[in-house]
Amino acid sequence: MNRRLKKALALSFVWLMLAITYVPILVLFVYSFTGAKVLGVWSGFTLELYAKVFTDSQIMEAVRNSLILAGSAALISTVFGTVSAIGIFYLRTWKRKCLDFLTQITMINAEIVTGIAFLLLFVMLKFIPTGWPTLIIAHVFITVPYVIMSVLPRLGQLNPNLYEAGLDLGAGPLKALVKVLIPQLIPAMISGFALAFTLSLDDFVVTKFINGNVSTISTYLYNKLTKKGVQPVLRALSSLIFFAVLIILIVINVVSARRARNAQKKAN
Amino acid sequence: MRRISFKRTYFAMPYAVLGVLFVIVPLGIMVFYAFTGTDNSFTFSNFVNFFSKPAMIKVLFRSLGVAAITTVVCLLLAYPIALILSSSKFNKSAILILMFVLPMWINSLLRTYAIKIVLDLIGLKNAYAAVVIGMVYDFFPFMLLPLYTILVNMDYSLTEAATDLGSGSAGTFFRVKLPLSLPGIMSGILMVFMPTVSTFAISDILGDTSTYMFGNIINQWFGTQAGWHIGSAYSFILLVLIAVTMFIANKLSGGKAQPTGAGGNVL
Repeated sequence: MNRRLKKALALSFVWLMLAITYVPILVLFVYSFTGAKVLGVWSGFTLELYAKVFTDSQIMEAVRNSLILAGSAALISTVFGTVSAIGIFYLRTWKRKCLDFLTQITMINAEIVTGIAFLLLFVMLKFIPTGWPTLIIAHVFITVPYVIMSVLPRLGQLNPNLYEAGLDLGAGPLKALVKVLIPQLIPAMISGFALAFTLSLDDFVVTKFINGNVSTISTYLYNKLTKKGVQPVLRALSSLIFFAVLIILIVINVVSARRARNAQKKAN
Repeated sequence: MRRISFKRTYFAMPYAVLGVLFVIVPLGIMVFYAFTGTDNSFTFSNFVNFFSKPAMIKVLFRSLGVAAITTVVCLLLAYPIALILSSSKFNKSAILILMFVLPMWINSLLRTYAIKIVLDLIGLKNAYAAVVIGMVYDFFPFMLLPLYTILVNMDYSLTEAATDLGSGSAGTFFRVKLPLSLPGIMSGILMVFMPTVSTFAISDILGDTSTYMFGNIINQWFGTQAGWHIGSAYSFILLVLIAVTMFIANKLSGGKAQPTGAGGNVL
Protein backbone atom coordinates (compact mmCIF):
# COMPACT_ATOMS: atom_id res chain seq x y z
CA MET A 1 0.00 0.00 0.00
CA ASN A 2 1.33 3.36 -0.76
CA ARG A 3 2.41 5.56 2.05
CA ARG A 4 0.06 8.47 1.37
CA LEU A 5 -3.00 6.24 1.23
CA LYS A 6 -1.96 4.61 4.49
CA LYS A 7 -1.63 7.93 6.17
CA ALA A 8 -4.99 9.13 4.84
CA LEU A 9 -6.67 5.93 6.07
CA ALA A 10 -5.09 6.26 9.50
CA LEU A 11 -6.15 9.88 9.80
CA SER A 12 -9.70 9.23 8.68
CA PHE A 13 -10.02 6.46 11.28
CA VAL A 14 -8.82 8.85 13.98
CA TRP A 15 -11.29 11.53 12.89
CA LEU A 16 -14.13 9.02 12.64
CA MET A 17 -13.53 7.88 16.20
CA LEU A 18 -13.32 11.49 17.38
CA ALA A 19 -16.62 12.21 15.64
CA ILE A 20 -18.24 9.21 17.35
CA THR A 21 -16.94 10.54 20.65
CA TYR A 22 -18.35 14.01 20.22
CA VAL A 23 -21.48 13.57 18.07
CA PRO A 24 -23.68 12.44 21.01
CA ILE A 25 -22.59 15.50 23.00
CA LEU A 26 -23.30 17.79 20.03
CA VAL A 27 -26.72 16.23 19.43
CA LEU A 28 -27.57 16.80 23.08
CA PHE A 29 -26.38 20.37 22.74
CA VAL A 30 -28.38 21.06 19.58
CA TYR A 31 -31.61 19.66 21.01
CA SER A 32 -31.16 21.63 24.21
CA PHE A 33 -32.27 24.68 22.21
CA THR A 34 -35.71 23.32 21.46
CA GLY A 35 -38.46 22.61 23.95
CA ALA A 36 -39.95 19.53 22.25
CA LYS A 37 -40.82 16.76 24.68
CA VAL A 38 -40.16 14.04 22.11
CA LEU A 39 -36.57 13.71 21.10
CA GLY A 40 -35.60 14.39 17.53
CA VAL A 41 -38.46 16.82 17.03
CA TRP A 42 -37.46 20.41 16.41
CA SER A 43 -40.18 22.73 17.72
CA GLY A 44 -38.38 25.97 17.13
CA PHE A 45 -35.43 27.68 18.76
CA THR A 46 -35.87 28.59 22.39
CA LEU A 47 -33.81 29.14 25.49
CA GLU A 48 -36.69 28.03 27.66
CA LEU A 49 -34.96 24.81 28.76
CA TYR A 50 -31.99 26.80 30.02
CA ALA A 51 -34.30 29.14 31.89
CA LYS A 52 -35.92 26.08 33.46
CA VAL A 53 -32.56 24.78 34.67
CA PHE A 54 -31.97 27.92 36.69
CA THR A 55 -35.46 28.11 38.11
CA ASP A 56 -35.76 24.42 39.02
CA SER A 57 -35.07 24.33 42.76
CA GLN A 58 -34.29 20.59 42.74
CA ILE A 59 -31.59 21.04 40.09
CA MET A 60 -30.10 24.09 41.77
CA GLU A 61 -29.96 22.28 45.09
CA ALA A 62 -28.28 19.23 43.52
CA VAL A 63 -25.71 21.42 41.78
CA ARG A 64 -25.00 23.38 44.96
CA ASN A 65 -24.67 20.19 47.03
CA SER A 66 -22.34 18.60 44.48
CA LEU A 67 -20.06 21.62 44.40
CA ILE A 68 -19.94 21.96 48.20
CA LEU A 69 -19.30 18.23 48.60
CA ALA A 70 -16.62 18.05 45.89
CA GLY A 71 -14.95 21.23 47.14
CA SER A 72 -14.79 20.25 50.79
CA ALA A 73 -13.93 16.59 50.15
CA ALA A 74 -11.18 17.58 47.70
CA LEU A 75 -9.78 20.16 50.12
CA ILE A 76 -9.64 17.73 53.05
CA SER A 77 -8.34 15.03 50.76
CA THR A 78 -5.54 17.24 49.43
CA VAL A 79 -4.27 18.21 52.88
CA PHE A 80 -4.70 14.73 54.33
CA GLY A 81 -3.28 13.02 51.24
CA THR A 82 -0.23 15.27 51.04
CA VAL A 83 0.69 14.83 54.70
CA SER A 84 0.13 11.07 54.40
CA ALA A 85 2.19 10.85 51.22
CA ILE A 86 5.13 12.51 53.00
CA GLY A 87 4.92 9.92 55.77
CA ILE A 88 4.51 7.05 53.32
CA PHE A 89 7.45 8.23 51.24
CA TYR A 90 9.86 7.72 54.14
CA LEU A 91 8.41 4.39 55.21
CA ARG A 92 10.34 1.24 54.38
CA THR A 93 9.80 -2.51 54.26
CA TRP A 94 6.51 -4.08 55.32
CA LYS A 95 5.04 -0.85 56.65
CA ARG A 96 5.40 0.75 53.24
CA LYS A 97 3.92 -2.32 51.58
CA CYS A 98 0.91 -2.28 53.92
CA LEU A 99 0.12 1.37 53.24
CA ASP A 100 0.64 0.97 49.50
CA PHE A 101 -1.85 -1.88 49.64
CA LEU A 102 -4.29 0.30 51.58
CA THR A 103 -3.98 3.01 48.93
CA GLN A 104 -4.55 0.50 46.13
CA ILE A 105 -7.63 -1.14 47.61
CA THR A 106 -10.06 1.70 46.94
CA MET A 107 -8.61 2.40 43.52
CA ILE A 108 -8.93 -1.23 42.45
CA ASN A 109 -12.14 -2.14 44.23
CA ALA A 110 -15.48 -1.99 42.42
CA GLU A 111 -17.36 1.17 43.33
CA ILE A 112 -20.43 -0.79 44.29
CA VAL A 113 -18.43 -2.85 46.80
CA THR A 114 -16.90 0.31 48.27
CA GLY A 115 -20.34 1.90 48.51
CA ILE A 116 -21.89 -1.09 50.23
CA ALA A 117 -18.96 -1.40 52.63
CA PHE A 118 -19.42 2.26 53.62
CA LEU A 119 -23.16 1.78 54.01
CA LEU A 120 -22.65 -1.15 56.37
CA LEU A 121 -19.99 0.73 58.36
CA PHE A 122 -22.14 3.81 58.80
CA VAL A 123 -25.11 1.70 59.86
CA MET A 124 -22.89 0.27 62.58
CA LEU A 125 -21.46 3.67 63.58
CA LYS A 126 -24.85 5.18 64.33
CA PHE A 127 -23.37 8.34 65.83
CA ILE A 128 -22.31 9.53 62.36
CA PRO A 129 -25.49 11.03 60.89
CA THR A 130 -26.33 9.86 57.37
CA GLY A 131 -26.06 12.68 54.85
CA TRP A 132 -23.33 15.30 54.78
CA PRO A 133 -20.99 13.68 57.37
CA THR A 134 -21.11 10.23 55.72
CA LEU A 135 -20.77 11.75 52.25
CA ILE A 136 -17.72 13.81 53.17
CA ILE A 137 -15.98 10.92 54.94
CA ALA A 138 -16.64 8.54 52.04
CA HIS A 139 -15.62 11.04 49.38
CA VAL A 140 -12.40 11.84 51.23
CA PHE A 141 -11.50 8.17 51.34
CA ILE A 142 -12.33 7.45 47.71
CA THR A 143 -10.32 10.44 46.51
CA VAL A 144 -7.34 10.45 48.92
CA PRO A 145 -5.53 7.58 47.12
CA TYR A 146 -5.39 9.72 43.98
CA VAL A 147 -3.93 12.67 45.88
CA ILE A 148 -1.31 10.37 47.41
CA MET A 149 -0.51 8.94 43.98
CA SER A 150 0.03 12.40 42.52
CA VAL A 151 2.15 13.67 45.44
CA LEU A 152 4.37 10.57 45.91
CA PRO A 153 6.26 10.79 42.59
CA ARG A 154 6.96 14.49 43.18
CA LEU A 155 8.48 13.71 46.58
CA GLY A 156 10.94 11.42 44.85
CA GLN A 157 12.20 14.33 42.74
CA LEU A 158 12.84 16.68 45.68
CA ASN A 159 16.21 17.43 47.18
CA PRO A 160 16.16 15.40 50.40
CA ASN A 161 18.67 17.69 52.10
CA LEU A 162 16.35 20.69 52.22
CA TYR A 163 14.10 19.25 54.90
CA GLU A 164 17.12 18.16 56.94
CA ALA A 165 18.58 21.64 56.52
CA GLY A 166 15.34 23.10 57.90
CA LEU A 167 15.60 20.84 60.94
CA ASP A 168 19.28 21.67 61.44
CA LEU A 169 18.46 25.35 61.26
CA GLY A 170 16.09 24.94 64.15
CA ALA A 171 12.66 24.32 62.62
CA GLY A 172 10.51 21.67 64.27
CA PRO A 173 9.26 18.85 62.04
CA LEU A 174 5.87 20.54 61.62
CA LYS A 175 7.41 23.88 60.73
CA ALA A 176 9.87 22.22 58.37
CA LEU A 177 6.94 20.44 56.75
CA VAL A 178 4.94 23.62 56.23
CA LYS A 179 7.83 25.91 55.31
CA VAL A 180 10.12 23.58 53.36
CA LEU A 181 8.30 20.56 51.97
CA ILE A 182 4.80 21.86 51.24
CA PRO A 183 5.85 24.81 49.01
CA GLN A 184 7.73 22.40 46.76
CA LEU A 185 4.70 20.13 46.54
CA ILE A 186 2.18 22.79 45.51
CA PRO A 187 1.94 21.77 41.80
CA ALA A 188 1.38 18.12 42.73
CA MET A 189 -1.18 19.21 45.33
CA ILE A 190 -3.06 21.27 42.78
CA SER A 191 -3.31 18.37 40.36
CA GLY A 192 -4.29 16.12 43.27
CA PHE A 193 -7.02 18.58 44.21
CA ALA A 194 -8.31 18.77 40.64
CA LEU A 195 -8.36 14.99 40.41
CA ALA A 196 -10.14 14.64 43.77
CA PHE A 197 -12.65 17.33 42.83
CA THR A 198 -13.63 15.73 39.52
CA LEU A 199 -13.73 12.23 41.02
CA SER A 200 -16.04 13.43 43.78
CA LEU A 201 -18.21 15.27 41.27
CA ASP A 202 -18.42 12.17 39.06
CA ASP A 203 -19.12 9.72 41.82
CA PHE A 204 -22.53 8.22 41.74
CA VAL A 205 -22.32 4.65 43.02
CA VAL A 206 -20.77 5.28 46.44
CA THR A 207 -22.88 8.42 46.92
CA LYS A 208 -26.09 6.56 46.16
CA PHE A 209 -25.67 4.21 49.10
CA ILE A 210 -24.89 6.77 51.77
CA ASN A 211 -26.41 10.10 50.73
CA GLY A 212 -29.41 10.04 53.05
CA ASN A 213 -31.56 12.89 51.77
CA VAL A 214 -28.74 14.97 50.28
CA SER A 215 -29.15 14.97 46.51
CA THR A 216 -26.19 15.52 44.20
CA ILE A 217 -26.04 16.03 40.43
CA SER A 218 -25.33 12.32 40.01
CA THR A 219 -28.19 11.06 42.17
CA TYR A 220 -30.54 13.60 40.61
CA LEU A 221 -29.56 12.50 37.09
CA TYR A 222 -29.87 8.82 37.96
CA ASN A 223 -33.34 9.29 39.43
CA LYS A 224 -34.51 11.21 36.37
CA LEU A 225 -32.79 9.06 33.74
CA THR A 226 -34.13 5.75 35.05
CA LYS A 227 -37.74 7.02 34.89
CA LYS A 228 -39.75 6.60 31.73
CA GLY A 229 -39.87 9.75 29.61
CA VAL A 230 -36.77 11.79 30.34
CA GLN A 231 -37.56 15.47 30.93
CA PRO A 232 -36.35 17.86 28.22
CA VAL A 233 -34.80 20.11 30.88
CA LEU A 234 -32.05 17.50 31.34
CA ARG A 235 -30.75 18.30 27.86
CA ALA A 236 -30.00 21.87 28.90
CA LEU A 237 -28.56 20.84 32.27
CA SER A 238 -26.31 18.24 30.62
CA SER A 239 -25.13 20.67 27.97
CA LEU A 240 -24.23 23.20 30.64
CA ILE A 241 -22.25 20.64 32.64
CA PHE A 242 -20.50 19.31 29.53
CA PHE A 243 -19.34 22.73 28.51
CA ALA A 244 -18.40 23.82 32.00
CA VAL A 245 -16.16 20.75 32.35
CA LEU A 246 -14.69 21.15 28.85
CA ILE A 247 -13.87 24.82 29.45
CA ILE A 248 -12.29 24.11 32.84
CA LEU A 249 -10.17 21.30 31.36
CA ILE A 250 -9.08 23.40 28.40
CA VAL A 251 -8.10 26.25 30.73
CA ILE A 252 -6.15 23.88 32.99
CA ASN A 253 -4.34 22.45 29.97
CA VAL A 254 -3.50 25.79 28.41
CA VAL A 255 -2.25 27.11 31.75
CA SER A 256 -0.11 24.06 32.46
CA ALA A 257 1.24 23.97 28.91
CA ARG A 258 2.19 27.63 29.19
CA ARG A 259 3.81 27.05 32.57
CA ALA A 260 5.79 24.10 31.17
CA ARG A 261 6.93 26.27 28.27
CA ASN A 262 7.99 29.06 30.62
CA ALA A 263 9.85 26.61 32.82
CA GLN A 264 11.65 25.29 29.76
CA LYS A 265 12.56 28.81 28.68
CA LYS A 266 13.99 29.49 32.13
CA ALA A 267 15.96 26.26 32.03
CA ASN A 268 17.46 27.24 28.70
CA MET B 1 21.21 15.86 67.12
CA ARG B 2 17.52 16.46 66.93
CA ARG B 3 15.63 17.90 69.82
CA ILE B 4 12.52 15.87 69.32
CA SER B 5 12.57 12.25 68.30
CA PHE B 6 9.89 12.89 65.70
CA LYS B 7 10.15 10.96 62.51
CA ARG B 8 8.71 11.98 59.17
CA THR B 9 7.12 8.58 58.90
CA TYR B 10 4.77 9.61 61.71
CA PHE B 11 2.95 11.73 59.15
CA ALA B 12 1.57 8.50 57.72
CA MET B 13 0.05 7.38 61.02
CA PRO B 14 -3.33 9.15 60.77
CA TYR B 15 -3.73 7.65 57.31
CA ALA B 16 -2.84 4.18 58.56
CA VAL B 17 -5.32 4.39 61.45
CA LEU B 18 -8.18 6.07 59.58
CA GLY B 19 -7.51 3.95 56.50
CA VAL B 20 -7.99 0.79 58.52
CA LEU B 21 -11.18 2.23 60.03
CA PHE B 22 -12.71 3.49 56.78
CA VAL B 23 -11.34 1.05 54.20
CA ILE B 24 -10.46 -2.27 55.83
CA VAL B 25 -13.10 -2.41 58.60
CA PRO B 26 -16.02 -1.71 56.21
CA LEU B 27 -14.88 -4.58 53.97
CA GLY B 28 -14.60 -6.74 57.09
CA ILE B 29 -18.16 -5.86 58.08
CA MET B 30 -19.27 -6.75 54.57
CA VAL B 31 -17.60 -10.16 54.84
CA PHE B 32 -19.26 -10.60 58.26
CA TYR B 33 -22.67 -9.83 56.74
CA ALA B 34 -21.95 -12.23 53.88
CA PHE B 35 -21.34 -15.15 56.22
CA THR B 36 -24.19 -14.48 58.66
CA GLY B 37 -27.98 -14.67 58.52
CA THR B 38 -30.46 -12.06 59.66
CA ASP B 39 -30.08 -13.48 63.21
CA ASN B 40 -26.29 -12.82 63.03
CA SER B 41 -25.39 -16.51 63.30
CA PHE B 42 -22.78 -18.03 61.00
CA THR B 43 -24.15 -19.48 57.81
CA PHE B 44 -23.31 -20.24 54.19
CA SER B 45 -26.93 -19.80 53.17
CA ASN B 46 -26.27 -16.45 51.46
CA PHE B 47 -23.84 -18.15 49.11
CA VAL B 48 -26.16 -21.12 48.68
CA ASN B 49 -28.77 -18.56 47.66
CA PHE B 50 -26.51 -17.52 44.79
CA PHE B 51 -25.15 -20.86 43.65
CA SER B 52 -28.51 -22.62 43.77
CA LYS B 53 -30.21 -20.10 41.50
CA PRO B 54 -29.44 -20.68 37.82
CA ALA B 55 -30.98 -17.28 37.05
CA MET B 56 -28.41 -15.54 39.27
CA ILE B 57 -25.49 -17.46 37.83
CA LYS B 58 -26.83 -16.56 34.40
CA VAL B 59 -26.74 -12.87 35.37
CA LEU B 60 -23.15 -13.22 36.54
CA PHE B 61 -22.14 -14.85 33.27
CA ARG B 62 -24.06 -12.24 31.31
CA SER B 63 -22.13 -9.52 33.16
CA LEU B 64 -18.84 -11.24 32.46
CA GLY B 65 -19.88 -11.67 28.83
CA VAL B 66 -20.89 -8.03 28.38
CA ALA B 67 -17.72 -6.91 30.13
CA ALA B 68 -15.61 -9.18 27.92
CA ILE B 69 -17.26 -7.95 24.71
CA THR B 70 -16.93 -4.32 25.84
CA THR B 71 -13.26 -4.85 26.68
CA VAL B 72 -12.46 -6.54 23.37
CA VAL B 73 -14.28 -3.92 21.31
CA CYS B 74 -12.56 -1.12 23.24
CA LEU B 75 -9.18 -2.77 22.73
CA LEU B 76 -9.72 -3.33 19.00
CA LEU B 77 -10.78 0.29 18.52
CA ALA B 78 -8.29 1.88 20.89
CA TYR B 79 -5.12 0.02 19.87
CA PRO B 80 -4.97 1.37 16.31
CA ILE B 81 -5.80 4.87 17.57
CA ALA B 82 -3.07 4.66 20.20
CA LEU B 83 -0.65 3.33 17.59
CA ILE B 84 -1.44 6.14 15.14
CA LEU B 85 -1.37 8.91 17.75
CA SER B 86 1.85 7.66 19.32
CA SER B 87 3.75 7.79 16.02
CA SER B 88 5.57 11.05 15.58
CA LYS B 89 4.04 11.59 12.14
CA PHE B 90 0.63 12.33 13.62
CA ASN B 91 1.46 13.47 17.10
CA LYS B 92 2.83 16.92 16.40
CA SER B 93 1.01 18.14 19.46
CA ALA B 94 -0.76 16.04 22.04
CA ILE B 95 -4.04 17.78 21.21
CA LEU B 96 -5.66 14.77 19.51
CA ILE B 97 -5.07 12.37 22.38
CA LEU B 98 -6.33 15.09 24.70
CA MET B 99 -9.55 15.34 22.68
CA PHE B 100 -10.04 11.59 23.04
CA VAL B 101 -9.57 11.46 26.79
CA LEU B 102 -11.38 14.69 27.71
CA PRO B 103 -14.76 12.93 28.07
CA MET B 104 -13.21 10.78 30.80
CA TRP B 105 -13.61 13.78 33.09
CA ILE B 106 -17.30 14.17 32.44
CA ASN B 107 -19.82 12.46 34.70
CA SER B 108 -20.44 9.00 33.24
CA LEU B 109 -24.21 9.32 33.76
CA LEU B 110 -24.15 12.34 31.47
CA ARG B 111 -22.19 10.50 28.82
CA THR B 112 -24.63 7.61 29.11
CA TYR B 113 -27.50 10.07 28.65
CA ALA B 114 -25.81 11.51 25.53
CA ILE B 115 -25.39 8.09 23.93
CA LYS B 116 -28.95 7.18 24.94
CA ILE B 117 -30.23 10.15 22.95
CA VAL B 118 -28.32 9.05 19.86
CA LEU B 119 -29.47 5.43 20.23
CA ASP B 120 -33.07 6.63 20.60
CA LEU B 121 -32.71 8.81 17.51
CA ILE B 122 -31.39 5.99 15.32
CA GLY B 123 -34.07 3.74 16.78
CA LEU B 124 -31.94 0.97 18.21
CA LYS B 125 -34.37 -1.35 19.96
CA ASN B 126 -32.06 -4.16 21.10
CA ALA B 127 -31.39 -3.54 24.80
CA TYR B 128 -28.33 -5.80 24.88
CA ALA B 129 -26.69 -3.94 21.98
CA ALA B 130 -27.61 -0.60 23.55
CA VAL B 131 -25.91 -1.55 26.83
CA VAL B 132 -22.75 -2.77 25.08
CA ILE B 133 -22.57 0.36 22.90
CA GLY B 134 -23.11 2.54 25.96
CA MET B 135 -20.35 0.77 27.85
CA VAL B 136 -17.91 0.99 24.95
CA TYR B 137 -18.71 4.68 24.63
CA ASP B 138 -18.21 5.29 28.35
CA PHE B 139 -15.06 3.25 28.83
CA PHE B 140 -13.19 3.78 25.54
CA PRO B 141 -10.91 6.57 26.92
CA PHE B 142 -9.92 4.34 29.85
CA MET B 143 -8.61 1.77 27.36
CA LEU B 144 -6.98 4.32 25.09
CA LEU B 145 -4.99 6.19 27.72
CA PRO B 146 -2.80 3.36 29.09
CA LEU B 147 -2.21 2.06 25.54
CA TYR B 148 -1.17 5.49 24.32
CA THR B 149 1.03 6.08 27.38
CA ILE B 150 2.98 2.85 26.86
CA LEU B 151 3.30 3.26 23.09
CA VAL B 152 4.41 6.88 23.20
CA ASN B 153 7.05 6.12 25.83
CA MET B 154 8.34 3.05 24.02
CA ASP B 155 12.01 2.91 23.18
CA TYR B 156 11.87 3.12 19.39
CA SER B 157 15.47 2.08 18.92
CA LEU B 158 14.12 -1.43 19.51
CA THR B 159 11.70 -1.27 16.59
CA GLU B 160 14.36 0.37 14.45
CA ALA B 161 16.75 -2.43 15.36
CA ALA B 162 14.16 -4.98 14.29
CA THR B 163 13.73 -3.20 10.95
CA ASP B 164 17.49 -2.95 10.48
CA LEU B 165 17.81 -6.66 11.14
CA GLY B 166 15.43 -7.30 8.25
CA SER B 167 12.06 -7.58 9.92
CA GLY B 168 9.07 -6.39 7.87
CA SER B 169 6.63 -3.90 9.34
CA ALA B 170 4.14 -6.63 10.29
CA GLY B 171 6.91 -8.69 11.87
CA THR B 172 8.18 -5.70 13.81
CA PHE B 173 4.70 -4.99 15.07
CA PHE B 174 3.81 -8.52 16.16
CA ARG B 175 7.22 -9.50 17.50
CA VAL B 176 8.42 -6.23 19.06
CA LYS B 177 5.78 -3.54 19.53
CA LEU B 178 2.87 -5.71 20.60
CA PRO B 179 4.80 -7.71 23.23
CA LEU B 180 6.33 -4.51 24.59
CA SER B 181 2.93 -2.89 24.92
CA LEU B 182 1.50 -5.81 26.90
CA PRO B 183 1.53 -4.01 30.28
CA GLY B 184 -0.47 -1.18 28.69
CA ILE B 185 -2.93 -3.67 27.23
CA MET B 186 -3.35 -5.31 30.63
CA SER B 187 -3.88 -1.94 32.34
CA GLY B 188 -6.50 -1.03 29.76
CA ILE B 189 -8.24 -4.37 30.18
CA LEU B 190 -8.33 -3.89 33.95
CA MET B 191 -9.66 -0.35 33.67
CA VAL B 192 -12.47 -1.43 31.36
CA PHE B 193 -13.29 -4.98 32.38
CA MET B 194 -13.59 -4.50 36.13
CA PRO B 195 -15.87 -1.46 36.13
CA THR B 196 -18.12 -2.98 33.45
CA VAL B 197 -18.68 -6.17 35.45
CA SER B 198 -19.95 -4.22 38.42
CA THR B 199 -21.70 -1.23 36.87
CA PHE B 200 -25.44 -0.96 37.21
CA ALA B 201 -26.25 2.60 36.18
CA ILE B 202 -25.52 2.04 32.47
CA SER B 203 -27.77 -1.00 32.22
CA ASP B 204 -30.43 0.80 34.27
CA ILE B 205 -30.46 3.72 31.86
CA LEU B 206 -29.90 1.97 28.51
CA GLY B 207 -31.23 -1.52 29.06
CA ASP B 208 -34.20 -3.29 30.58
CA THR B 209 -34.66 -6.28 32.89
CA SER B 210 -33.24 -8.57 30.20
CA THR B 211 -29.88 -6.80 30.47
CA TYR B 212 -29.63 -6.96 34.26
CA MET B 213 -26.00 -7.04 35.33
CA PHE B 214 -24.42 -8.41 38.47
CA GLY B 215 -24.26 -4.86 39.82
CA ASN B 216 -28.01 -4.46 39.31
CA ILE B 217 -28.67 -7.58 41.38
CA ILE B 218 -26.46 -6.38 44.23
CA ASN B 219 -28.12 -2.97 44.09
CA GLN B 220 -31.51 -4.65 44.22
CA TRP B 221 -30.65 -6.71 47.30
CA PHE B 222 -29.70 -3.54 49.09
CA GLY B 223 -33.04 -2.00 48.25
CA THR B 224 -34.58 -3.84 51.21
CA GLN B 225 -32.99 -4.24 54.62
CA ALA B 226 -33.74 -7.99 54.60
CA GLY B 227 -31.52 -8.41 51.54
CA TRP B 228 -28.33 -6.96 53.03
CA HIS B 229 -26.81 -10.29 54.06
CA ILE B 230 -27.42 -11.87 50.66
CA GLY B 231 -26.33 -8.67 48.92
CA SER B 232 -23.10 -8.71 50.93
CA ALA B 233 -22.46 -12.29 49.84
CA TYR B 234 -22.93 -11.23 46.22
CA SER B 235 -20.55 -8.30 46.76
CA PHE B 236 -18.06 -10.70 48.31
CA ILE B 237 -18.23 -12.84 45.17
CA LEU B 238 -17.54 -9.70 43.13
CA LEU B 239 -14.60 -8.85 45.41
CA VAL B 240 -13.13 -12.32 44.87
CA LEU B 241 -13.60 -11.94 41.10
CA ILE B 242 -11.74 -8.62 41.19
CA ALA B 243 -8.91 -10.13 43.22
CA VAL B 244 -8.61 -13.05 40.79
CA THR B 245 -8.65 -10.73 37.76
CA MET B 246 -5.96 -8.56 39.33
CA PHE B 247 -3.86 -11.60 40.13
CA ILE B 248 -4.08 -12.97 36.60
CA ALA B 249 -3.37 -9.55 35.06
CA ASN B 250 -0.33 -9.12 37.26
CA LYS B 251 1.00 -12.56 36.37
CA LEU B 252 0.47 -11.97 32.65
CA SER B 253 2.17 -8.59 32.58
CA GLY B 254 4.96 -9.37 34.99
CA GLY B 255 3.59 -7.08 37.72
CA LYS B 256 3.48 -4.03 35.49
CA ALA B 257 -0.28 -3.70 34.97
CA GLN B 258 -1.82 -0.74 36.74
CA PRO B 259 -5.57 -0.42 36.85
CA THR B 260 -5.31 3.23 37.83
CA GLY B 261 -2.93 6.11 38.05
CA ALA B 262 -2.36 6.43 34.34
CA GLY B 263 -5.14 9.01 34.24
CA GLY B 264 -3.15 11.77 35.86
CA ASN B 265 -0.52 11.92 33.16
CA VAL B 266 -2.31 13.49 30.28
CA LEU B 267 -4.33 16.14 32.05
